[in-house]
Amino acid sequence: MYDVVIIGGGITGTTIARSCATKNLKTVLLEKSNDVANGTTKANSAIVHAGFDCIPGTNKARTNVKGNRMYPSLCRELDVPFQQNGSLVLAFTEEDRLHLEHLFAQGEQNGVPSLQILEQKELRRMEPNVTKNAVAALYAPSAGIVGSYELAIACMENAMDNGVELRLNHQVTAVEAKKGGYKLVAGNEVIEAKTVVNCAGLYADEIDRLLHGESRYDILPFAGEYNLFDQSTGNFTAATVFQPPSEKGKGVVALPTVEGNYLVGPTSEGPKAKDDLRTTRKGLQELREKGMRAIPDFPFQKVITSFTGLRAKTSGGDFIIEDSERHPGFISAAAIDSPGLTAAPAIAEEILEKLIAYFPNTGDNLSFNPYRRPVKRFIEAPPLNKQEMLAEDERFGRIICRCEAITEGDIVDMIHRHAGAETLDGVKRRIRAGAGRCQGGFCSPRVMEILARELGREITEIVKDGPDSYVLIGSTKAEQTDFSPEPVTADEKGG
Amino acid sequence: MKADLVIIGGGPAGLAAAIEAYENGVESILVLERDRELGGILQQCIHNGFGLHRFKEELTGPEYAERFIENMKEKNIEYKLDTMVLDVTEEKLVTAVNTADGLIQIAAKAVVLAMGCLERTRGAINIPGTRASGVFTAGTAQRYVNMEGYMVGKDVVIVGSGDIGLVMARRMKLEGANVHAVVELMPYSGGLARNIVQCLNDYDIPLLLSHTVTEVRGKERVEEIVIQKVDEAMNLIPGTEQTIQCDTLLLSVGLIPENELSKKANIVLNPLTNGPDVNESMETSVPGIFACGNVVHVHDLVDWVTEESCRAGRSAARYVKETLKSGTGSLNTVPSSGVRYVVPQYIEPENIDTNKLTLMFRTDSVYENARIVLMNNGEKIKTVKKRHMAPAEMESIVLKEKDLAKMSRGEVTVKIEVEEAVRS
Repeated sequence: MYDVVIIGGGITGTTIARSCATKNLKTVLLEKSNDVANGTTKANSAIVHAGFDCIPGTNKARTNVKGNRMYPSLCRELDVPFQQNGSLVLAFTEEDRLHLEHLFAQGEQNGVPSLQILEQKELRRMEPNVTKNAVAALYAPSAGIVGSYELAIACMENAMDNGVELRLNHQVTAVEAKKGGYKLVAGNEVIEAKTVVNCAGLYADEIDRLLHGESRYDILPFAGEYNLFDQSTGNFTAATVFQPPSEKGKGVVALPTVEGNYLVGPTSEGPKAKDDLRTTRKGLQELREKGMRAIPDFPFQKVITSFTGLRAKTSGGDFIIEDSERHPGFISAAAIDSPGLTAAPAIAEEILEKLIAYFPNTGDNLSFNPYRRPVKRFIEAPPLNKQEMLAEDERFGRIICRCEAITEGDIVDMIHRHAGAETLDGVKRRIRAGAGRCQGGFCSPRVMEILARELGREITEIVKDGPDSYVLIGSTKAEQTDFSPEPVTADEKGG
Repeated sequence: MKADLVIIGGGPAGLAAAIEAYENGVESILVLERDRELGGILQQCIHNGFGLHRFKEELTGPEYAERFIENMKEKNIEYKLDTMVLDVTEEKLVTAVNTADGLIQIAAKAVVLAMGCLERTRGAINIPGTRASGVFTAGTAQRYVNMEGYMVGKDVVIVGSGDIGLVMARRMKLEGANVHAVVELMPYSGGLARNIVQCLNDYDIPLLLSHTVTEVRGKERVEEIVIQKVDEAMNLIPGTEQTIQCDTLLLSVGLIPENELSKKANIVLNPLTNGPDVNESMETSVPGIFACGNVVHVHDLVDWVTEESCRAGRSAARYVKETLKSGTGSLNTVPSSGVRYVVPQYIEPENIDTNKLTLMFRTDSVYENARIVLMNNGEKIKTVKKRHMAPAEMESIVLKEKDLAKMSRGEVTVKIEVEEAVRS
C-alpha cells in the first residue's frame, strides 16, 4: 500500500511528487498518457507571473507570489532553463492607465516586489520594438520565463531519483474509499494508497466524481492558440509584453522563450471539448491582429509552428486546493489554470502540508538530493569539456538534429534518465531534437532508429506523441520480399 | 589540420566541386559529409530522369551520384562521412565533429559551401488543425520509403506540387497506397511538366490547382483533411470545402537554402534567393569562400547543380593558386519585370575563363511566347525568344564574349517582355 498516490503528471503533479520525495512517503504518480507533461503543461505561455493580477486573498494570489519566489532556486537545482526577464502591461489610453494603477496597488497588496509604472519615454528606451501607441506600462521585474515541460519532466526525474514511482499509460477508472485509505483502478491495475492527490488537470472533475459520486465542480476547458517563431526573432522584446487586460483574461501576450524563440498567444475560446486541441484559421488570424497592436513591426511570417493548449478553468475562478470533507485524505489540486505554472511549487508545498497531517510520524527523507544530474548538451559545452564528453562516449560526436546541433549522445542520455523519452515528441521536449527550423524533417528517421534501439522496440512501434500517433505502418514491398534462396527440400537434394 | 580546400557537403554540388578543383590542380582537398554516405539527397531519389543534359542519358539519382563518387575515389580525394561542420569563420577555419576523430579544426585556404537546402514545413505555411502524426514533408517520407524501407501511410494527400511531391505521389502509388490528390495553391504546378505527366497523369492522380488545405483532422493520427478552392487573390471561396479521408499528408511546399553556416562566416545573403550573393566565380562576399548548388538557390535539375558546382570548384582552385580576382566585379545583375532573382549577382568579366557565363533565374509567373531581355545601362544587349516559361523551371541566358564586350560597368538587367502574360 502506498502512502500517497498522485493522479496526473502535469506540472502540478510532478512538483507534488518531488515535494513528497523530501519526506519518507511511499509515493506513486499515475499518468494516463505515455509521457509526463503531456497535457496543459506542454502547451501554455511558459510565463512565471509576478502576481499582480490575482485578486488579493485568493489561492491564486498567495501561491503565485510565493511560487514566483521559489523559481530561481528550483530551476537551478533541476537545471531547467529560466530567465527573470520581467513583464510589461501596456496602456494605450488614459483609461488603461487607471487600470495599471489598479494592478499596481493590487500587486503591492499581494506582495509583488519592485513594481513600477513606466512612462512612454522610459518604456521605449527599454523596449524600442513595442508600439508607439503605448502611453505607459506596468513593469514587474520579478516576472520570468521558463521551460514549462522541461520543468515538469525534471521534477519527475528528480522525484524518481529520490524514490517516487511513475506509472505511465495508467488512466484512473475507479476510486473508492476503503478502510485506512483508497483503492484505485488504473491501467488494469489495482492500486491502494492511504491518501490521494487529484491533480488530473482537465480531467480532475471526472476523477473527483469517481469518488464522490456527484459533481462538486466542473472543469471548463478554454482553448488558447499560440504561434511560435524562428529563433531569428527571439530578441524582438526582452520582456514579456501584456496588452491592456480584457474580461476574457490576460489577452494576447508576446514574449521570448527560454529556448530563444518568440511566442505570441493565446487566444481564448471556450468552453471546449477536453481533447479539442485544434488550431483554427480564425485563431491564427486573431493572433496576428492582436499581436500587431503591441508589436506592430514583428515579422509574423517567421512562424515555425502553431499549437493549442487548454486551460482548466472552473466557474469559481480560483484554484481548488483542499482536502475532501466527506473523504478525508482525498486532496484536490484542481482548476489550475493561469498562473498555475508559477504557483505549482507553492501549491506542492501546501499539498504536502495537508498530506503529512495523515502521517504524523513521518520524517524527512535524509537522502533526498534536490539536484538533478545536469543536462550537458554537447554543443553548449566548452571545447575542453567537449573533448571529455567525446572520450567518455563517442556518440556525442554524431550530430542527429542538424538545426539544434543535438548529438546521439545527448538523445541517448534523455532516453535513459528516469522519466525518460519514449516518443519522438518526448525527445523533442527534453532535448529539442526536431524543434528547429526543419521541424524534424532530417532527424526524425534517425531519432526513431535510436529510440527503437535503446528501448528494444520495433521501429514501427515508435510513436510521435500519444499511443495512437503512429509514424510508420510497416515495411515497403521491397523489404517484404524475401530475397534469400528457396530452401532446398530433402527430395531435391536427391536424398 | 590543414587543407587547401575544404568542401562542406558531399552531395551533387560538393562532389562536382571537389572533382573539378582536383582537375584544376588542387590535391589537398577534404570533403565533409554529415550523412552516412556520399551523394546527398540523390541517394533517396531512386526514380530516373537525372543526367539528361550532363550525360545525355537517363539515370536514377544514386546512379548519377555514383559517377561522381567513383571519380572522386579514383582521384583519392579525401572525405569524411558522418561528420558535421559546426562552424566556419571568415578566416576559413572549419570546425567539425564526428565519432572517429572527435572535434576537429581545419585551417583551409579556400572553402566551398555545398550544404544544400531544407524543406518548408507545415508550421511555415501554418495549416490549421490538430497536431496528429502522419504529416510529413515529402522528402522525409521519401527517406523513410526509399532509404529505410518503411511505408508512412496508405491513404495519402499531397500538398503542393513541387517535384518531390509529384515523385512521391507516384512512389506511394507504386507501394500500394491510395493517393487521393495533389493539392496546389497556385493556378499552375510547382513542379516540372514531365513530372506532372509521368507521376500524376500516368497514374490517374488528380492535380487540384487553386486549392489549399484548410484543416487537418484526427486526434492522434491524421484521419481526414479539408480542402478548399481559392480565387485569383488567394482568398478561400466559401462553399467549396471538401473533406478527404486519409491517414497521411505529404508536404511539397518549397525548399529553403540552408545557410546557418554561411551566417556564421558573416557571408552576405540575398533576400530573394535566401542563399549567398555570389559572383561569376561562385565566390561569396567573403574572399575564398565559394558556394554552389541548392545552398545558393534552389535548382530544378541536378544537371545545373553540377554545372554551377564545377564553376565553383574551378574558381576555388584558381583562388588557391592565387590567379582569381576576388570581389564584386564591375557588373551587377538585377532582376526586373517578370524575373524573381538572378544568379550570379556580380560579374567580374576578367575572371570568365570559358568565354561565356550563364545567368540563371526564375520567372514570377507562367509566360507563353515571351522574350528574355538583357539590358546594360539602358541598352539592349541580347534578346532570347521563349515559347513557355514557368516558375517551376529554371531559366538561363548565356552571356558570350561578344555580349560581355558590349557592356560597361554597372547594372545588367534581366527581364521578361510579353505581348500579354498568360496565367494558366
